[in-house]
Amino acid sequence: MLSKKSILQVDDLEKEDVIKIMDTADSFTDISKREIKKVPILRGKAVVNLFFESSTRTRTSFEVAAKRLSADMINFSASTSSLKKGESIMDTLRTILAMQVDLVVVRHSDSGTVKMVDDLIDIPVINAGDGKHQHPTQALLDLYTIRSRFKECRGLKVAIVGDFLNSRVAASDILLFEKMGMDVSIVAPSMLLPEDCSGFKIYSCIDDVIESADIIYMLRMQFERQGRKFYPSIREYNRFFSLNRDRVGRMKESAVIMHPGPVNRGIEISDEVMGGTRSPYSSVIIEDQVTGGVAIRMAILYLILG
Amino acid sequence: MIEKANILNPDDLERVIKRISHEILERNRGSENLVIIGLRKRGVPLARRIADRIESFEEKKVDFGKLDISFYRDDFGMKIKSDVEKTEIGFDITDKNVILVDDVLFTGRTIRAAMDAIIDLGRPRSIQLVVLIDRGHRELPIRADYVGKNVPTSRNELVMVKLKETDGEDGVILLEKEEDVK
Repeated sequence: MLSKKSILQVDDLEKEDVIKIMDTADSFTDISKREIKKVPILRGKAVVNLFFESSTRTRTSFEVAAKRLSADMINFSASTSSLKKGESIMDTLRTILAMQVDLVVVRHSDSGTVKMVDDLIDIPVINAGDGKHQHPTQALLDLYTIRSRFKECRGLKVAIVGDFLNSRVAASDILLFEKMGMDVSIVAPSMLLPEDCSGFKIYSCIDDVIESADIIYMLRMQFERQGRKFYPSIREYNRFFSLNRDRVGRMKESAVIMHPGPVNRGIEISDEVMGGTRSPYSSVIIEDQVTGGVAIRMAILYLILG
Repeated sequence: MIEKANILNPDDLERVIKRISHEILERNRGSENLVIIGLRKRGVPLARRIADRIESFEEKKVDFGKLDISFYRDDFGMKIKSDVEKTEIGFDITDKNVILVDDVLFTGRTIRAAMDAIIDLGRPRSIQLVVLIDRGHRELPIRADYVGKNVPTSRNELVMVKLKETDGEDGVILLEKEEDVK
């Protein structure tokens, strides 16, 4: 049903695939609102979450998605596995394949590992984030959240703000957003930009885009991937790149704030904008991203295993 | 494919829909508690037509919905699926008499899937099945409550239902696969 067996990067998806995934996700959004949030279609299929790097929302999201489709989900995380005893990825894969699974969801801290896994095995592989490379299902759920809000994506102005250098989310988002005709700019400190920025619209302060953007997409500061200190102080970062009450007040009325999570409160987004269990601002649609993420992953599993 | 027989012309189709609408009202003693649900894709316009008739006979609205059974099929993985369309049932079906409408009843597998899908939405008082054509060859113990026309067929034949809303014209014809013609 999709052009390729596996989803390793946004580049693997044709525009028709993207639209098919979005349309199918709409049906799954309805199912997730029902009293019985489950359909039998993937009964008897087994899906493995193979996570070599920590994750809460992506792993849980795939797990909820698989379960709502009646597939069995096996969770495998490196920190509690034989990898700790020195088993290689290849041997881990052999073990998992011997258990007759139908699809593997992989996350790894090294770019390209997911591609390697896909080359080694015949069953479909979904990239749930590999190093600084890509995170295609995040991009799809981001697009889906935007589409659900704005209906038409073409021409929307998106500003992606923050740690662009280390962000696989940004890499996938830009490719997908541009594929769908959106107008993307990047707001980042120069130390957190790649050496070659040709082809990108770059701004050095969030104030440059705050009034014109339809979507402000905040990236998480990837402290775990930043080998050295990339920014002198949080105070200074706040001055140029963070969302606070004043800046939210200057956004367009229809504009929205997104973040792939987890949010570093007080760094990308201030505490007062984030709020308690919910943000006081209806423009903060981070929870819509999470809800949409389940529907998108249900659609992907359904379309790949079909 | 070659055309073998004309099963229903546009006037026949019109009369069948009228008759079935009356039968539904007769059996259920009016339209109180009825909901009409069409199966994607050609069951939907048929269901709409029946709902329109019932509304005009009884002079009150009946709830009308559309059901897609993609997620309930038993042939998943056989690569014959069409795109998923949205199920649109914006009312509670619990304790209702659900009138399920499809164009052709064949193996019964679609109806099995549809019943599972409906029961996931609530607990109806009853599910009654309307089909325009019953062509036989059942693989499951399923029968229709209201039938437009029984058409005995061979497995090499194909019943083609055309509706104005989806195909630009009304009619039902019987086709035969060419390689099987002697």
